[in-house]
Amino acid sequence: MPFPFWITGVPFSWYLILSAVLFTLGVAGFLFRRNIITVFMSIELMLNAVNLSFVAFSYKLGQNDGHIFSFFVMVVAAAEAAVGLAIILTVFKNRQTLEIDEVSSLKN
Amino acid sequence: MDAVLFLVFAAIAVVCAVNLVIQTHPIASALSLIGVMGSLAFVYLQLGGQFIAAAQLVVYAGAIMVLFVFVIMLLNEGKERKVKMRLWVRWAGLPLLALFIALMAFIVQRVLPAQQSVKFGAFTSGDAQSIGTKLFTAYLLPFEVTSVLILIAIVGAIVLARKEID
Repeated sequence: MPFPFWITGVPFSWYLILSAVLFTLGVAGFLFRRNIITVFMSIELMLNAVNLSFVAFSYKLGQNDGHIFSFFVMVVAAAEAAVGLAIILTVFKNRQTLEIDEVSSLKN
Repeated sequence: MDAVLFLVFAAIAVVCAVNLVIQTHPIASALSLIGVMGSLAFVYLQLGGQFIAAAQLVVYAGAIMVLFVFVIMLLNEGKERKVKMRLWVRWAGLPLLALFIALMAFIVQRVLPAQQSVKFGAFTSGDAQSIGTKLFTAYLLPFEVTSVLILIAIVGAIVLARKEID
């Protein structure tokens, strides 16, 4: 009697579906939240979802180039977090708020 | 067994991501994001990425999230204000999101049929030695450029954080 596929191994597409779900939740957080730090964390969630896709395709193709790409994504995310949090600190020092709707000098 | 482990950690990741989106206090969102990153590290491990799983825990969950938590505690803003969302956004947003996820899952299932299965231990070139060899031979130039990028980010962060704008 052959075993069902979910005992022998994980279907490859499940990883991509998990990645898509996490990315969509990141987009939702980016669009719906009003706190600038939470918006920033939603961007990090999207980067993580893309990293998962990289690693999954790396498995499928049998090469470790995807691992190196996701390593570079991590490095760039670290640089982005440092600069972004410095910008948030400056905004808070000048405006005493973290609501993205209150920081709208560039609007109109 | 692999599938059970994957489902457990995928469920943790998705629940933490949903919690990130629905929490109104940023510190709760930050802790949920740490949960997502930790469970994704296990998923990487299952895909054979030992080095990238360790880097995920050290760099993302360790360094970047500590920076986030530090800034949240420094600013101490508290819960975010309730804003009135438009009626159609409140009622149509969640079904549209679910529809979008279902559509993406359907497309992935159609493009990549499920017969190829991932087995733990089948991918062996994800250890630190193979990654390091490739990083310092084929990807040497991007690696060096990355160090310049980090330097620029350090200088930019210092300049931004100590500047007084009036």
